[in-house]
Amino acid sequence: MPEITISVNGHAVSSHVEPRTLLSKFVREIASQTGTHIGCDTSQCGACAVHVDGLLVKSCAMLAVEADGAEVTTVEGMSNADGSMSVLQEAFVEHHGLQCGFCTPGMIMSAASLLKEIPRPSEAEIREHLEGNLCRCTGYHNIVRAIMAASGQQVAPIAAE
Amino acid sequence: MPKDHGVGASSKRREDPRFLTGKGRYTDDINLPGQAYAAFRRSEVAAGTITRIDTSRAASMPGVIRIFTGEDFKEAGSLPCAWEVTSRDGSKQLEPRHPILAEGIIRHIGEAIAGVVAETEAQALDAAEAIEVEIEPVEAVLDMEKALSDGARPVHDSFDSNLCFDWGFIEDNKAAVDAAFESAHHVTTLELVNNRCVANPMEPRCALADYNKGTDEYTLYSTTQNPHVIRLMMGAFVLSIPENKLRVVAPDVGGAFGSKIYHYGEEAFVTRAAGTLGRPVKWTSTRSEAFLTDAQGRDHVTKIELALDPDGTFLAIRTDTLANMGAYLRLFSTVTPTYLHGPAAGGPYRTPLAYIRVRAVFTNTIPVDAYRGAGRPEGTYQLERVIDKAAYELGVNPAELRRKNFIRPEEFPYQTPLAVEYDSGNYHATLDKLMEISDYAGIEARRTEAEARGKLRGFGFATWVECSGLAPSQLIGQLGARAGLYESATVRVNPTGGIIVFTGSHSHGQGHETTFAQIVADQIGIDETLIEVAHGDTDKIPFGMGTYGSRSGAVGGAAILQATKKVIAKATRLAAYLMEASEADVSLSDGVFTVAGTNKSMDWTAVALAAYVPHNYPAKEMEPGLEESAFFDPENFVYPAGAYGCEVEVDPETGVTEVVGFWAADDFGVVINPMIVAGQQHGGVAQGIGQALREHTVYDGSGQLLSGSFMDYSIPRAADLPSFVVDHSCQTPCEHNPLGVKGCGEAGAIGSPPAVVNAVVDALRSGGHDQITHIDMPLTPQRVWQTLQTG
Repeated sequence: MPEITISVNGHAVSSHVEPRTLLSKFVREIASQTGTHIGCDTSQCGACAVHVDGLLVKSCAMLAVEADGAEVTTVEGMSNADGSMSVLQEAFVEHHGLQCGFCTPGMIMSAASLLKEIPRPSEAEIREHLEGNLCRCTGYHNIVRAIMAASGQQVAPIAAE
Repeated sequence: MPKDHGVGASSKRREDPRFLTGKGRYTDDINLPGQAYAAFRRSEVAAGTITRIDTSRAASMPGVIRIFTGEDFKEAGSLPCAWEVTSRDGSKQLEPRHPILAEGIIRHIGEAIAGVVAETEAQALDAAEAIEVEIEPVEAVLDMEKALSDGARPVHDSFDSNLCFDWGFIEDNKAAVDAAFESAHHVTTLELVNNRCVANPMEPRCALADYNKGTDEYTLYSTTQNPHVIRLMMGAFVLSIPENKLRVVAPDVGGAFGSKIYHYGEEAFVTRAAGTLGRPVKWTSTRSEAFLTDAQGRDHVTKIELALDPDGTFLAIRTDTLANMGAYLRLFSTVTPTYLHGPAAGGPYRTPLAYIRVRAVFTNTIPVDAYRGAGRPEGTYQLERVIDKAAYELGVNPAELRRKNFIRPEEFPYQTPLAVEYDSGNYHATLDKLMEISDYAGIEARRTEAEARGKLRGFGFATWVECSGLAPSQLIGQLGARAGLYESATVRVNPTGGIIVFTGSHSHGQGHETTFAQIVADQIGIDETLIEVAHGDTDKIPFGMGTYGSRSGAVGGAAILQATKKVIAKATRLAAYLMEASEADVSLSDGVFTVAGTNKSMDWTAVALAAYVPHNYPAKEMEPGLEESAFFDPENFVYPAGAYGCEVEVDPETGVTEVVGFWAADDFGVVINPMIVAGQQHGGVAQGIGQALREHTVYDGSGQLLSGSFMDYSIPRAADLPSFVVDHSCQTPCEHNPLGVKGCGEAGAIGSPPAVVNAVVDALRSGGHDQITHIDMPLTPQRVWQTLQTG
C-alpha cells in the first residue's frame, strides 16, 4: 500500500492507504475530521465537499492518493484563527441556514468557494452555484439568504410576523 | 413587536455552532475500539427462491470474521408492525413474517440475503460480493390491480391473496354516502396516482452495536427518530434482549422525514453480531442501499368522487384507494393509509358525508411506510384535486368554491364525518391571508405578460387541515394501535439553578434543543442558556415515543410544560417555607419568587440550592431535590391548517414547469419559535414541490429499481426552487394542549403537491387546453408536453 501525506487543516497526516481509498474516507477515518460527511455514492450530494489546494472538490470523487502532498481544508478549518465562527458560519446561524446539519459542512465549503469567486453573488448565482449540494431540510431558502447576508447584502426578515 | 426570549421568540439555534464547525456527532462519526464492519449481500432480483448460498470462498477472504445467513436468524422475531387494521368484514390484516435476512424466498429487490462481518468496511464489501448466490426467479408481482386479480401469485405463499386488508371508513356511513351520490345534482370524479417517493434524508442510515460481556449489556447507536421504540421493538419482539440490558442511542441524526422511525433489520443484525462475536459491529448504508432498503412513501392509486349541489355545496365524498404495502409491513405501514389518511380526506370543509375505502396490497417492491405527512398528503391531494376539477366543471373560481364550503369559525369544535373532531381553526383567515400575500388579484395581468413571452402561467390553491400531534392513546388503542402515543419529560434542576430537560422526543433537525429550552425559560423566567435539553439516549431519558407525526411540540412540548409546572409548584412550596409565607402568596416571575404584599424575595438559584441543601426545612415534610417528571397523553389530535398558493410558468414548447412563486399561510396555533417554524414550512414545501414535479420511484417490469440513486431520483436542487413566502400569523390556539400549539413539521409536504398540480393544470387550461383536467405526478417536462400534445 502506498504511503501518502496530506495536509489536513494545516496538519500533515501520513498513512499507508489502499489505492482505492477515497479522499472522503481519508479525511474522516485517517485524519479524524468527521465534519466531512458522506451522503451518497454518486458524487451528487456535496456533503463531502472540501477544498484541495484552494479548489472546491467533492472528496468522494477523488482518490486519497491523488491528494498526496496537497493542502486540504475541511469545515473544521473554516473558523477564524481564534476559534470563533467565520462571518459565513455566523450568517448560517443568524438566518437559520441549517436544520439537521448533515449537508451543512458541504454548504459552507461550497459557499466559501463561491464568495471567493463572486464576492456579492445574486440569488440566481447562488442557486446555480449550489447545484452540486443537496439539502433535504431547508428547501435552500435560508441557505441562499445566509450566503447573501454573508456577502454583505441585505436580506428580508424570515417570516411575516 | 417580536419577542426576544421565551415562547414566541426567534431564538437562534444552539445546535448550529457544532454543525457549522464540524463538531456534530452523527452515528457514523462514532467508532469503538475493536470495531468490525458489516456489509450485506442483497438480492438483485425482486422475486424468487434462493436455491444455493455458498459462503465458503467469501469466508476465506482477508479480514472476514463471520458470515451470517437467514439460517442464523431463524429464532429471531419478525420485524414488527405497530398497528393492526381490521377489514370491513371484521377480519384482521394479513401480517407476514418479515425476516432480518431472507429465509429462502426473495420478495423485493435489495432484500438482504447474507451479512458479512469483517475487519474493514472494504473487506466486508468485497466478501459480500464474493458470496455465491443462486436464485430461481419468478415473475414479480408489481401492479396493484393485477396483484388483486384472480390467479395472481401471492407475494407470501402463506396467504392465498395479496390483499393485506380492505378497510372502510366509516363502514356504517357507506349506505348514506351512496344514497347521497345517487341523488346528487352533480358528481365530479377523478382518478389519480399519488407517486411513490423516497424520503432521502441526507444522512444515510447507520447502526453501530457494542456488547459488554461482563454485564451482558448491549448498546446500539442508531440513526433513529425514536430510540425507546427501537429498544422496545428490537429488544422485546425481535432479539429477546431485556430492555434493562439494551441501551439505544440516537445521537445527532441527519434528517429523517419518517424513514428513520422503523426498526430495520440492519439494527438487529449488528446487535446480534456484536453479541455473537464480542466485538462492536458497524454498518453504514450507502445511498444506493438507502434507495433499496429505506421504507418508501405514498404510492396510492385512487378514485375520488365529490357530490355537489347546484350552488356548489359539497354533499359527500367517496374514495376508493389501492395502497401499496410493498413486500412486508413496516412499523406504521398499515396506519398510514388508513387512520392517518382517512380523516385528512375531509379537509377543512363542511361536507356532511364521507366514505373512504382503502385496500392495501402486497407487491414485490420495497416496503412502503410513512413519509413526511404520512397519509395526510395522500388524503389532501385527492381532495384538493377533485375540488379544482369540480370548479372547472361548475365554472366557478376554485378559491371561492373552497371558501363557500369551509367550516365556519363559529362552528368549532366541529365533528367531521370521518371520526375526528376539529377543536379550533379559522380557514377563512388563512385563505384571506394567502390572497393578500400572493397578490392573487394580479394573476390575470401576470398571465397576460407571460403569454407575451410564450409561457403559460397558472395559479393553484390548496386549503387543507391535518390531523397530527399523534396521538390520544385510548382512541388509537380502539383503532388498532399496539402502543400508546403519549410523551414523557423530566425536568431536573441542578443545585446551582441550571436545568436539564430530558425529553422522549428526538430532534433530527427540528431544533428541539432550542425550542424546548424556550418553553421552560418562559415558565420560570430565566435565561434560555441556563437550560440544556437532552434527548436520544434510553439510558438518560426515562421513556419516550419519539418524533414523527408533528407530535414533538404538541405532545413532547406539553409533557415538558407539565413537568416544569410540577417543578415550579415544588419550588414555590419551598420558597414559601423559607420566606415564612403562605404558599398562596408566593409567585414566580422573571426567575424571582416574591411574597405578595411584602418586600420578601428569593431568586430561582437560591431556591434551587436550598432544595439540595435541606438545612432550613423539614426534609420529612418536603423531600430534598428539585426534579419532576410528567407523561402527557393528548385528549385529541391537533389540527393545523393552511392555505397554499403556487404560481407556475409552463413552457409549452418543452413542457418545463417553473415554480415562480409559492405562498404558505398556515395556522399552527401558538408558535414557539417563528424562525424555526418558517424553516419547517420551507422544507416541507420543498419536498412537496419535489413530489409534484420531479420525484418518482420507478421499477421496471421485473421489479428492478430504476431510480436507485441521486442520478435517477430527482430531489430538488437550489435552482429548481423559488424563494418561498411563508406566514403563520393566523393563530387559533389548540384548545386541548397547554401550549396551544398545533404542529408544523409536516404541513408543507401536505399542502404543497396539490397546489403545484392545480397551478400547472390552470396554466395549461388558460392556454386554451380546456380539455385537460389532470396530470399525474410527477409533472415532468415529458408528461406535461405529452399531455399538451394529446390532451
